[in-house]
This record gives sequence, C-alpha cells and structure tokens, in this order.
Amino acid sequence: MVTRGRDIAVLIVVILLFWQGLHQFTGTGLLTAPLDTFARVLRLLGTPSFWPHLNESASAFLRALAIAVGVGLTVGIVLGAHRLSGEVAEPILVALYSIPKVTLYPVVLLFFGIGMPAKVAFGAIHGVVPISIFAMNAVRNLNPIYLKTAQVLKLGPWATARKILLPAALPEIFTGLRVGFSLTLVGTLIGEMFGSQRGLGHLLMAAIGLYRMDTIMAITLLLVLFASAINSILLVVDHRLHRRV
Amino acid sequence: MIPPSEMVTALAGILASGRMSAAILRTLRIVGIALVASIIVGFVLGALLHALPRIRRTVDPLFATYYAIPIYAFYPLFIVLFGLGDVPILIIGFLLAVVAMIISTLNGFDRIPPVLLKTARMYRMRRVRTALRIMMPCAAPYIFTGVKLAVAYSFIGVIGAEFIMSGSGMGYEIAFAYSNFDNQIMYPLIMLVLVLVTIINMVLHSWEKILFERRRRR
Repeated sequence: MVTRGRDIAVLIVVILLFWQGLHQFTGTGLLTAPLDTFARVLRLLGTPSFWPHLNESASAFLRALAIAVGVGLTVGIVLGAHRLSGEVAEPILVALYSIPKVTLYPVVLLFFGIGMPAKVAFGAIHGVVPISIFAMNAVRNLNPIYLKTAQVLKLGPWATARKILLPAALPEIFTGLRVGFSLTLVGTLIGEMFGSQRGLGHLLMAAIGLYRMDTIMAITLLLVLFASAINSILLVVDHRLHRRV
Repeated sequence: MIPPSEMVTALAGILASGRMSAAILRTLRIVGIALVASIIVGFVLGALLHALPRIRRTVDPLFATYYAIPIYAFYPLFIVLFGLGDVPILIIGFLLAVVAMIISTLNGFDRIPPVLLKTARMYRMRRVRTALRIMMPCAAPYIFTGVKLAVAYSFIGVIGAEFIMSGSGMGYEIAFAYSNFDNQIMYPLIMLVLVLVTIINMVLHSWEKILFERRRRR
C-alpha cells in the first residue's frame, strides 16, 4: 500500500513536470502552466456565473447515471437469469458497446429537443450498456452450487436473493457500475459539447471561439480530476469486493 | 424519422452520386492512420513496459484510471494548439486507442507460461529468437484483442471528434445534415456508419474467437 502511494505520487510529479516542460517548450502564451491552471480553476469556482454551468452538468450527469444504473441493472439481471434471452442479447450489447454512439446523438436530439433531456438520455445510453453487460455476466456465471446450498438450507426466494445471490454477484456488478460511471460522464459531456447552451461541455466549446486557453485547460483539469478521483475510490472498493470472494 | 427501407435506398443514392465519397474516404484515412499509429506505438510501449517492471508499476495507476477520463474534454485544447484540421481528430482517435493496445500487449506477455521461457533457456535461444519463436506466438491472441479494441476506439474517437467540431468527414456530415434538418442525408449516413463499424467489429470479434479456440485445442 505504501509503495503504491509512492508510485502514484511519483506519477503525479512526473505528469506535472512534463506539463511544465511543455509549457516552457511551447512558449508562455500557448499552453497554460500547471500552477496558473490551478489558480484559474480556483478563480472559476469563485465566479458566480460559472456555477449554473457546473450545476447543469452535475444534474444532467446524476440523472443520466440514475437512469443508466436502474435500467442497466434491471436489464442485466433479467438477461442473466434467462439463458436464451441472454444469449440473444449479448452480441447486440457488445456491438452497441463498440459503435461510435455519437452518430446517434442527432436522433436523440430530434426525440428530446435541445436541452437537459437530450443530454440525460445521451449520457444514459453510454452508461447503460456496460452496466447491463457486467450485470448479465455476473448473474449468469454464478456458481450453481450456491443455489443448491440455498435449497438445502430451505431459504425462501427473498433470503436466497439477499444472502446468496447478491453477495456472490456484487463484485462483478460493481465493476460494471464503475465502467458505467465513466462512460455516462463521457456521454453527458459529448451531449453538452454539441448543440447545447449550458454546462461545462458548452463552456469548453465556447472557450475555443474566445481563444481562452486558460479556461479550456482549467475546465479540462477539473473534469480530469473529478473523473480520476471518483474512479480511484471506486477502484479501491472494486478490488476489495473482488478479493473478498 | 424516415422508414429504414427509405434509408437504404437514400443511402444507395448518396453512395452512387459520389458526393459523400470525399468525406467517407477522409474519415477512413484518419481512422487508418490513428489505428496504425496506436497499434505500433501501443505494442512497442507495451513491450518496453513489460521489460521494465519498475516503470510499469509506476504508470499502472494511470492505466487504471485512463478510460475514466473523458478524452473528448481534451479536444478543444488540441483544436487551439493544432488548429481545426486533421491533427486534433487524429490525436483523439490515437489517444483513445493506444492505451487499449498497451494494456492488451502487457496482458499477452504476462500470460506466457514460465515453462516455455525456461524451455527457451534450455535450448540456449538468443533473446531475439525467444521473442520471435516463443513470446510473440504465445501472446498473439491477446495482442489481437488489443487490435480489435483499437479499431473500435479509433472509430469512436475520430467520428466523435468530427461530430463535435470539424470541417469535413462523416461525423461532420451527420452533424451538418442535422443542423439543416436534412433527414434524407442524416439517417442514411448514420446507418452507413453504424453498419460499417458493426461489420468490421464483428469480423474482428469472430477472428479473435478463432484464434483463442485454436489456442485451447493445442
């Protein structure tokens, strides 16, 4: 654990040095230096007009995540429990996972109109696929002996689900949630970068026109920090769950 | 929404007229460059990291969080740095694909059974010969998984970037048709992208299955 912490610290220092080096190399105007970027993040957070955009993105992301988790778990568990449906649905889900979903965004926009619902829908579309794939595999690959044990112990369906199925399938399901979290964020952000008037994605695109390099880098940094911080926490939980089984 | 049958006929018309050929070729060219670059760079970096475990352990946290980071957030940065052309799109496709290739290469080399390497030493094989005769064939199916992922990711990256902001390419044409409410062009193009990418992915997927199947039989 200690060496791992040291490795991460070394990695962060190397990245910061690399960034500073790029800044020196490209000349002062082009790439904002790390320290200035952090200062810009703080200044942005202190600007009242920044918060509506942040709130818009956060609420779009949270709604998309709620839909992706709800729908993804339901679909995944049902497909995992019913063998034939799962076998039919799996290639479709895998194909959906690897297509450029961005091409579907115009269709989503035509359905929902420009604004919050389209972003939420697009974020949810990204997140729902990995969550259902992982949940499906988790339920399908349950060791049959667990179910036999439940029968032997004469557990009711509720107790079987709560005491046996859930703990056994949880690690795999959680991995799906972790991947789904990241992809929902990507989807919501793309939704904001095209045809949107509010949110962090819109701010990023607007800053290109204004040639505000410091704003672009500050928002990008904010998103990267948020995504990697949450993902690291989820990774720790993920590893723990997998080790326990 | 127009019916699928109409999308197919409209698509045939668009392809026959040749007015989208430039956009299609451009997208395929950028995807191709991003793909080849990510496969070569990913393989070389993967092999190097495998040989240098100390450095590998240090960059491992980066790989673990890499796909959690929305790479598209860097797209505006690349546009300002490199201008609105092929380069920022290429970089997004490359960045999305290369890490999948690195991770798969590492995974492939990790899975070489130690007994095979011992055999190579018993025969006093040179390092290059060991790599060519033992390590590469053994790791190949896993590396192929990386290639498969790199194909999917470079398509996703390139078309996504073109869609968000660019001046040409399939992603741009779809966004442009959407802005003009031109459903007769938009739906057929969306269909073309989805069908094309799905076919490519499925071919690679079944090829990968064959490779692993052959491995199991031995």
